[in-house]
Amino acid sequence: MGGYGDVQLLREDGSRLDGRKLDEMRPVKIEAGILPAADGSAMVTHGLNVAVAAVYGPMEAHPRKIQRQDRAVIDVRYNMAPFSTSDRIRPGFNRRSREISKVTAEALESVVLVERYPRSKIRVEIEILAAEAGTRCAGITAAAVALADAGIPMRDLIVGVASGKIEDTVVLDLDKAEDNYGQADLPVGILPNTGEIAFLQMDGDLSPDEYNLAMEYNFKAAKEIHEVMVDALQRRYQGGDV
Amino acid sequence: MSQGQTGAEQRLVTPGMAIGPSAGKRAGSGIITEQDTMIATQLGWLQEKNNTMSVHPIHSAYMPRSGDLIVANVAEVRNNLWFMDINGAFQGLLPMSLAPWKVEFGAARQHMDVGNVVLARVQEVDECHNVVLTMKGVGLRRLNQGAVENIPVQHVDRVRGDGNSLLQRLRDASDCRIMVGENGRVWIDGDSNGIAWARKALKMVANKGHTTEFEAILAEMEQEKKGDA
Repeated sequence: MGGYGDVQLLREDGSRLDGRKLDEMRPVKIEAGILPAADGSAMVTHGLNVAVAAVYGPMEAHPRKIQRQDRAVIDVRYNMAPFSTSDRIRPGFNRRSREISKVTAEALESVVLVERYPRSKIRVEIEILAAEAGTRCAGITAAAVALADAGIPMRDLIVGVASGKIEDTVVLDLDKAEDNYGQADLPVGILPNTGEIAFLQMDGDLSPDEYNLAMEYNFKAAKEIHEVMVDALQRRYQGGDV
Repeated sequence: MSQGQTGAEQRLVTPGMAIGPSAGKRAGSGIITEQDTMIATQLGWLQEKNNTMSVHPIHSAYMPRSGDLIVANVAEVRNNLWFMDINGAFQGLLPMSLAPWKVEFGAARQHMDVGNVVLARVQEVDECHNVVLTMKGVGLRRLNQGAVENIPVQHVDRVRGDGNSLLQRLRDASDCRIMVGENGRVWIDGDSNGIAWARKALKMVANKGHTTEFEAILAEMEQEKKGDA
């Protein structure tokens, strides 16, 4: 994230390499209830990212030492499929997937009404089938739709979205080249109805003004993605004519 | 989905969706109040009854309540109690003192073993979700014959219908004994054709119960069954 001076990420007219404007998101498509065996499921296509989330439970938490007497625990497993990138990923947990699983679980715990299910566990499986920068955000969005689809009570639908900095310019929703050769990345989990932030990570450096602009972009994108999430849930049960 | 505001179109709500001001109204299940605004917490159909707003969820796990009649499977046996799978987040506990037989300590397995199915009632549920079952009561017994079909918990009311009307139609058409447990398990006992028809009908109710063509499909199925008989 230190930036690469010789890689040009913005065109001369100020637009990005894929033709998007600075505050333009990649196209997002969401489908709810794609896995019949799961209690709730969703697939999020965000640009070239494809994330599938499945939710099981609430169920009795095992081993018993992980049980909490006053609330449910959310057990998240984020995993990238070996074929999700051009370089084959070695199957199984690694440092990165452990970290993302942990931050995703903490973000989801802040929206799920965990106190409704003491001593139980809600299992969330996130599988990244195709990756092109922003998989943790796509995974969080997919998990939120899958949780809603499973009937788990939540304060709000959490939306994963990211902004960043390339060539000293703040842009919304970094693609692969921008993520690899850019100067900063700011993924956040936003509760669109309340405007709360459930998780925030920052890789690279942003000045206060750049940070504020990046967050402005993130909130704007979160509203757009939230509409797609609601539409996906309503389309499944009502044909989209709410 | 027959419940809800009569005459009004049902509104599908998603978690976090603002329903309206809380003034003068009470928040029921699936609703929380934040800063004088009612907010839905579950995906489901919004209902208003007796000035109380609630969400009838589209999907939900079985949350046992005291007094529920359920169909349970024996999951584990100990010297003096049985652990029962109640199709919920937690197993239920049936102590030998609440079984319908006089059970000697260490002889629990002689009366019921793993895999047996029983009709039981939820005796009590505490705040930590410890569930105690009882088989002392009229009609509560071990189910030695018939078949068990699972339906989504949120469709239990739909399968019963108003005043058990739909359940009675299914019983009459299939010529089977049918018991619907609150935990989404349905016990069906009769001849094999009747059981097969009842299972098909239950699946149809779960999938099409909320649609306008439901009555026509059920009537057709009943006619087919009569023709076969």
